[in-house]
Amino acid sequence: MAYSEKVIDHYENPRNVGAFDKNDHSIATGMVGAPACGDVMKLQLKISDAGIIEDAKFKTYGCGSAIASSSLVTEWVKGKSVEEASQLKNTQIAEELALPPVKIHCSILAEDAIKAALEDYKKKHAS
Amino acid sequence: MNHFELFAIEPEYAVDLADLQVRYRKLQQAMHPDRFANASERDKLLAVQRTSQLNDAYHTLRDPLGRAEYILGLRGVDMQHEQKTLQDPEFLMAQMEWRERVEELNAGDFTAIDQAYSDLERETKVLQEQLEQQIAEADNDEAANSIRKLKFMHKLGRELEALEDA
Ligand code: FES
Repeated sequence: MAYSEKVIDHYENPRNVGAFDKNDHSIATGMVGAPACGDVMKLQLKISDAGIIEDAKFKTYGCGSAIASSSLVTEWVKGKSVEEASQLKNTQIAEELALPPVKIHCSILAEDAIKAALEDYKKKHAS
Repeated sequence: MNHFELFAIEPEYAVDLADLQVRYRKLQQAMHPDRFANASERDKLLAVQRTSQLNDAYHTLRDPLGRAEYILGLRGVDMQHEQKTLQDPEFLMAQMEWRERVEELNAGDFTAIDQAYSDLERETKVLQEQLEQQIAEADNDEAANSIRKLKFMHKLGRELEALEDA
């Protein structure tokens, strides 16, 4: 499989790898998995009281495209509001990284990880 | 004719694999293209098509996951593998831990690898039993989820195998 340069760059130098304490109330955690390949992704957002994403971290066990997708979205969402981040689409990721069709599910994983984290945020702040 | 009808067996998850193989061999012989050497072009083509359908059916039914998915397909459930992500936090957390564990295994440490294998087998078996029950009770959505989870277990199995070959 020929990976695009951007994928290789994010894969070789992934940004924001790591984890936050998931019990901290400013931290939202999203976990997703792709049954198609059995890969898993954990994505965490640090969200201010004003609803701005201040930081993001991820841990992905998956292919190069999945690692690149999660690395890319953690960069993208920083500084965005919760509302803005929820607009993110996997097609934007796939386009930016020039992913071939068989690798689309890897970018869907990243989109759904953000969504799952935002769900977690809502749940934590509902009460 | 669906795959189960082809072999004249019940569309159930529990399949007697030895019996399936016997039926497969018999059908295979009956359909063998050599038997149609003197037949018309049309019949020859049909024989070839049937043989490939038969092979397809056999390979699908022989594999527990393929069989489970096929049964759900007959019930109108589309698994949507490429599109749908699994979002069961508890299961995924356990998967993360599994992947970390596999990552930390050393290729030469056979005791630890064996231990991981048997743990994986045990967890896989629990899921398979759940799947069997869900299929029997026509709890199709839950069965689809179990199939998805089992795919992650298979991935772990492949990761362990890769470690052994390393
Ligand atoms: S192949 Fe699994 S996430 Fe890309």
